[in-house]
Order: sequence, then C-alpha cells, then structure tokens
Amino acid sequence: MAGRYFGQPIRRNEDPVLLTGQALFTDDVQLPGMVHVAFLRSDYAHARIRSIDVSRALDRPGVIGVYTAEDLGDYWQPGPLLVPPPPVEGIIFHQRTQVPLAKGKVRHVGEPVVMVVAESRYIAEDALDDIFVDYEPLEAVVDVEKALEPDAPLVHEDLGTNLAARVVQRKGDYEAARAKADVIIQRRFYYDHGLAAAMENRGIVAHWDKKMQYLTVWDTTQAPVVIRNGLAKMLGLSESQVRVIAPFIGGAFGPKIMMFYPEEVLIPWLSMKLNRPVKWIEDRRENFVATTQERYQVHYAEIALTKEGRILGVKDRFYHDTGAYDPYGLTVPINSQCTLLGPYDIPNYHSEMNVVFTNKTIVTPYRGAGRQHGVFVMERLLDLAAKELGIDRTEIRRRNFIPPDKFPYNNEIIYQDFAPLVYDSGNYEPALDLAMKLIDYEKFIKEEQPRLRAEGKHVGLGIVAYVEGTGIGPYEGARVQVESTGKVNVATGVGTQGQSHFTSFAQIVAEQLDVDVRNIRIVTGDTAEFHWGTGTFASRGAVVAGNAIHAAAKKVREKVLQKASEEFGVPVEELELRGGYVHTKDGRSISLADLAVKANPLRGAVKPGTEPGLEATMYFGPERGVTANGVHAMIVEVDPELMDVKIKKYVVVHDCGKVINPLVVEGQIHGGVAQGIGNSFYEEIVYNEDGQMLTASFMDYLIPTAMEIPPIEVGHVETPSPWNELGTKGTGEAGAIPTAAAFVQAVEDALADYGIEILEAPLSPNRLFEILKEAQAKKGT
Amino acid sequence: MTDLHTIRVTVNGTTYERTVEARMLLSDFIRHELGLTGTHVGCEHGVCGACTVLFDGQPVRSCLMFAVQADGHEIMTVEGLAPEGEMHPLQEAFHEAHALQCGFCTPGFLMTLKPFVETHPNPTEEEIRKAISGNLCRCTGYQHIIEAVKLAIKKIHHTDA
Ligand code: FES
Ligand code: FES
Repeated sequence: MAGRYFGQPIRRNEDPVLLTGQALFTDDVQLPGMVHVAFLRSDYAHARIRSIDVSRALDRPGVIGVYTAEDLGDYWQPGPLLVPPPPVEGIIFHQRTQVPLAKGKVRHVGEPVVMVVAESRYIAEDALDDIFVDYEPLEAVVDVEKALEPDAPLVHEDLGTNLAARVVQRKGDYEAARAKADVIIQRRFYYDHGLAAAMENRGIVAHWDKKMQYLTVWDTTQAPVVIRNGLAKMLGLSESQVRVIAPFIGGAFGPKIMMFYPEEVLIPWLSMKLNRPVKWIEDRRENFVATTQERYQVHYAEIALTKEGRILGVKDRFYHDTGAYDPYGLTVPINSQCTLLGPYDIPNYHSEMNVVFTNKTIVTPYRGAGRQHGVFVMERLLDLAAKELGIDRTEIRRRNFIPPDKFPYNNEIIYQDFAPLVYDSGNYEPALDLAMKLIDYEKFIKEEQPRLRAEGKHVGLGIVAYVEGTGIGPYEGARVQVESTGKVNVATGVGTQGQSHFTSFAQIVAEQLDVDVRNIRIVTGDTAEFHWGTGTFASRGAVVAGNAIHAAAKKVREKVLQKASEEFGVPVEELELRGGYVHTKDGRSISLADLAVKANPLRGAVKPGTEPGLEATMYFGPERGVTANGVHAMIVEVDPELMDVKIKKYVVVHDCGKVINPLVVEGQIHGGVAQGIGNSFYEEIVYNEDGQMLTASFMDYLIPTAMEIPPIEVGHVETPSPWNELGTKGTGEAGAIPTAAAFVQAVEDALADYGIEILEAPLSPNRLFEILKEAQAKKGT
Repeated sequence: MTDLHTIRVTVNGTTYERTVEARMLLSDFIRHELGLTGTHVGCEHGVCGACTVLFDGQPVRSCLMFAVQADGHEIMTVEGLAPEGEMHPLQEAFHEAHALQCGFCTPGFLMTLKPFVETHPNPTEEEIRKAISGNLCRCTGYQHIIEAVKLAIKKIHHTDA
C-alpha cells in the first residue's frame, strides 16, 4: 500500500540532533551534586571469596562509600527470571540468576564484587586498587561437553550438575524416516557467535529527589517500562514514583535488554541511600566481560534424504553455553532449535538441546539470538548433501522449500514465544531466483569461476536461505494525540537504539492523518509518557509497536472526522482529511489544530460520555510472531598463502512483508550483514582454560571497518503478513543471520581443490591455515 | 597527590581557562568540564574513533590525549561544525544518505571527515574507505556513510566523486 508516507524513503526526524551533537545519551546527563560509581569485578572465572578488605578504600579522600554484598542486607536478591521456560513436555530447567554483588563465590570474570562511590570517576577507580579480596581459585568450567562429565567442577554446587536445561522437541518420527533414507549425513558442528559491542557502553544515572519522593533513572535499556516496574517493586516505591528514561542509545543489538543487570539494581538504590544523583558508566573493558554476550554451541546433527535430495528428516543434539547464570531462560537455544528448520519442508525432526552452565559471562540474545547457530547447521547439512548427491546447491534448497500454498505452515514444535512455530506466510523461490540473478549464479559457476581458476585464483560462491521469526508478542501500545498546535504527539513504550522509530512510526501516523512527518513527535522509552510495553527485541518494533500506532492513528482519524462532521453538519463520508485540514465538498475547511481546541472545551457542557481531545490509545498483541525470510549470496576470493579472504560481491534478497521506509530497511540490512561478516571471519571471543577472556579490547576483538565490509546489494521480495493490518514483518536481525553459513560455503568452494570441509564458524586466517594443513595431512596418509 | 594545572584551550572559537588534574583525559575535559557532550567515548583505548575532534585542524582521538596537552591549542568538536541551527554540507549529506542509525559514532566520523572532504575533491572509493578506516560504526555497515562522503564532496566542490 505504499502511500504518501508509508513505504517512502523519508529522511529521518532524529538526525538533526544527532548530527549536531545535541542528542542526549545517558552519559550526557549531568546533575548538580552527582557522584560516580566504579565496580571492582572478579579477575577470576571461578573462585571462593575468603574475605574482602575495603578499609584503605574508605580512607581515600573523595570516596563516599564502599559496598559489598553484605552491606546490601535484604536488598541483596538474585535477579528475576526474565523468560520462563517454554511449556515443552519433559523439560528440565534449573533457574540460577545473577546477583547484585558476588557473595561467597565468583562465577565469571567481570562479576561485580565491590561497589565504590566517590566524588569523581577518577577517584572511584583509584579506590578499586585499594581493595583487597582474598580469593581461593577454583577450577573453571569452560568447555560445554566436559562440563557434563561426572567429575567436572560445578558452577552452582547446590545444583549437583552443570546442566542448566534439557529440552527435546519432536516433529513426526525421525527414526522411521531415517529407515527409509537413501543418504544419511552426520557431522559435528561448532558455531560461535560473539559480542554485540554496541559503540555506546551501558550506563545508568539515578536521581532520587527526596522532597518530591520521586526517582528518575536514565538507563541504556531496551525495556524501560519493565525496568521501572521492577525498580519500584525492589525499592518499595509506587510505580508512579519511578520514571525510567531510555534516552538516545548508542546501539544495543540485544544485550541492553537483560533485566536486571546488577548495576541497574544498585545505582538507583544507592541514589536513594545517599540522597544524591549517582552515575555509573561502563567502560569498554567492562563491556567485554560484564555485558551479556552470545557464544558457542556444539551440534551433532544428521540429515536423512532421498536420492533426489528431498529431506526426510533431521536429527540434532546440541550443547549451548549459557555462562554462569540463565536469567534469559532458553530464548537463545530455543531460537537455534527452531530456526534450524529454516524455509524447508521437513516432515520429521528430533532435536535435543542441552544448556550448560560455564564460568563465563552470561549469555543472552545478541542480534540473531541463536538463529545463526541453527541456520549454520542446516545450511551446512544441505551443502554436504548436495555434494554427496551431485545436486546443485541451489537446486537442493529449491526442492525442499515450503511451497507457497502450504502456508500457514506448522512446524509443530514450540517457539520462543511459547506458541507452536507456525509460519504465517512466505514465498521462497522468488527470493532465491532474485538472489541468483543478482549474483549472476549461472555465469559465475559456468564461466567466471573456471576462467579465474585457470588463472590460478581461488574464487568461490556461497548462497544460503533462512527464515527469521519476528514480531512476537506479548504486546505493545501507543497513544496518538493531535495537539492544539496541530502537531501530533505519539508515545510508545518501546525504547529506540538507532532503528529510526522517530521516523518510521511517524510515517505510520502520517499515512492516517496526512500531517507532515516532521510535525509528528515520537516519544519512545520514557515511562512518564507511556508506561505499558515490554521492549525492543526480536525484531518486533515495526510489527508490534508499529501496528499499535497504526491502530491508534486510525482511531484518532475517526475522531477528527467525527468532530469535523459535528462542526460542519456534514456526514463523515463527505469529508476529506488532507494536509492538516478537514475539507468539505463545498469548500469549507478546518485545521486539525482548531479541531483539537474544539475537542477540549474550557467552558460549557459536553455530551455525556465525551472524551476530551483528539486522542486514542491502542494496543497490539499478536497471537504469535510473523516469519520473514531471505537469501544471502556472496563471492569471495581466498589468498591461500596469507589465508586472507576478500568478499568481492554481496547480495541480500529479503522479504519482510510491507516496508515502512526502504532507506531504513536497507540500513538495517547493511548493518546486520556487517555484523555477520564480523562473526564469519574477524570477531572471536577467546577464553583460555582458566575462563579468562583473552580478547577483551578492540585491539583483540576485531570489529570490521569500512575496509572489510563490501558494498551490499539489496533485493526485495514482498509477501505481506496476513496476520497484521500493516502487513509488516521484522527485519532487525535478518542481515546478520545467514552470513557465516554463506561465507563458509564460499570459502570451501574457493578452496575446492584442497578438498576441505569447514564445519565451524567463525574462521580466521589462522584457523583456515590449520584446516588446510589438516586436510593436506589427511590426504598424505 | 593531585597535580593541578591551569590551561587555556580554545574550543569552537571560545577560549576556556580551567584548572585540571594532569591525568584528566581530553575527552573527559571536553565532555564533562566544558559540557560539550557531542564528542562521544566508545572505547577509551584509541580504536573506535568516536572521540575524534580536530586539534589545530587535524583529527585526533581525544581519549588518547590529556587535557593539559591541549593548553594553548585550538579544538573543534561536532558542536562547532556549523553555526547553531545550520548544518555543514557533511552533516547534510549524512542526513540525506541515511548515514547514521544510533548516531553514537557519527560525531567521530564527521570530525575525521571534515578535513578529508574539504581537501579531496575527487577521491576514489578506496580512498574514502581508508579515510574512515579508523572509525568504527556498528550500525550502518558503512555503505551509507561512504555514499554520504561522496555526496558531501559534491556539495562542497560541485564535482562528481
Ligand atoms: S573513545 Fe577514543 S578511540 Fe574510542
Ligand atoms: S550509527 Fe550506531 S555506531 Fe554508527
């Protein structure tokens, strides 16, 4: 329905303040009398705390207070379980959530142990060096498979095991299908997904105003409403006494939604205790060890096929590293378990997920949120099957795509939103066809590649497909109001971290009210403006908040027309809303501003039941998510001396239903692909056997720069979702999900003459070198 | 133990005299002493480029300098790129090409690019990529930033880059 506003590449409302340095980020909040916090964090992955001596820190001039777990009294509580386990039969789930400050034992490097508050950040950090913690180091749990051996050290001794969860999900009867198979392929896969590394670290400023009895918190969170409600409860305040503001946020990508980080619990408490504004800003090193991350999974997977390449079934057993605690429940591994099925019609599936506690930073979703791991396994299995059966890799995918007439398609297993995994809609072949066209598939494999190979070049192509479950519930809401200025004010509970909500949400409203997008002010992430909502995650902003805004805007439109109809004595059907005015057929008109004033009379009487103003609040709560899909393709050239890989061409074809703003969608895809490329070849968190992260700086953890990211060509297919009025599906994570699968396929293809098989990601020049050596050694024997 | 120094620094045309500790980072001085919070800090170890400012016209990482080193020097931050209410062609180009998402890295890119776009009427794409290779952006994948650079150069030099 590309309208005048909806579907247009409109420039962003939020840009001017950001471009001129006027936007407010959390660390920009400066309040009189503000004091600063620094945390002493564990240097050990696993150790008992024998004693803590803070006396020297307390003596340091400028230090205001030093707090250990003991000093918190009853306020010390393990955090809430953010996502309960899904209702799957026979599930094992052990809840162990993070604590504000470590008590008795530390369970990962970076776990906060002591909080220092001082007149300046410099002094607070000086004081950390004054503190002495007597640790008794314990053997660290690092490897997910060894962690489950009988004599492994335990992250949580009281549990008696490191197994955090086991979930078996089934569709059909895999064993029966296997018996009928012509080909069975089995492999072990390793997939590691790293750090979000948003450019802005986390931060919190809390201001308890004693006279007002009011707590204001600025927090780099993706879910301000949830933080407000939780804080009120913890601090014994009414929700209306707490305002949480998620101001401009410098990227989030998942880890900024982890209710509650220890710091989120402590800083507001401290502000109330000291009766002063308190600021804590994370530094980059802390971000590496104390902000949640994703990590690796090991999969033992097999696929059963007919000789025509039709998938009969897939079986998988996998181990997921959840870190020291599991506050986010099973969201990440459930995503892996479900997304593995991809766009394929797989009649039989048996998947066993094992979630394992380790002495590492907590794992919670980071862009893709476990979907990468599943896609990698499935796409690799198909590549291996294609090779074995002598079928073209695009053909084997095409043969197994769910046909368009089979939607809604029920995968029967339970998804992260606790509902059965049902795909609303999809049309997969056109996406594949378009990707093949844009990457020039036939020409590359028939002409280019042979020609370049003859010249001694190692070039290869990767092409993979994926689906992305997006836009899950439970709900979001929005309030739309036409002000007496004629401007429109929209408030919603989701936070925003660069997704262009100030513009795309305005476009949705503009489409209904025909007001210039620049005259629509969007407020996100301020609980004083809107206090219902769950947060920005799972590519759901445009779908869930978007549809709530759409519904509210439609309602306001009705009110506008109704009011005008009363004014003019003309039926609604004969009125037209255009350019900020309502027009009658006989040439009369009235502005939205005037109507707003008339809708809010100051004297006289109104009809019983009249609601003032031109305002509406609506909610959207989808029964289940909607499924976007796409195909990524790339061409790489590998230098087998230096093991360097250059991406020569990158194509993304995606289908996220109706697009609100194509510029914004492209930006989301480019950014996602860049993170996917990082995850393929540059970014790797390395832990040693003591559970120490060896890559805790940007010198060691390599975020791709403009030198590594190629131009990305984006093609669109549009299959609107029938499950929401706007027809939208999410797009936030699509760019990042299948990249490594495509990359590995391309590298393997480029090095075809070495006969290697790559069953892992990320790669690196070093790792590629080892893989080649191993292959050569095998050949030799 | 605090080692205090009085410094005079000109920032965006205004001269400030302040007494600071020798160890105070220039980035902290700009942000927290002068309240010019447009300059961002992403890593404090010299890799991300978010804290880039112009130091006597040259891009530098303000997290890798001490405020005392700026004594007697001239600094420009993102707030000084254009008069209030206006935008530098580079800022306009970033707006038009959708070259920012969260906008956290943006001031650093702008300050790195200002001298580049003003002195390169005709750069190759490779040169543009090199010019921004010391700035990290986690949101955009750089493509729209590169387009914005080309657009800014067109605006400034009335050429086609
Ligand atoms: S903050 Fe200075 S380079 Fe990152
Ligand atoms: S726009 Fe977010 S880091 Fe560049």
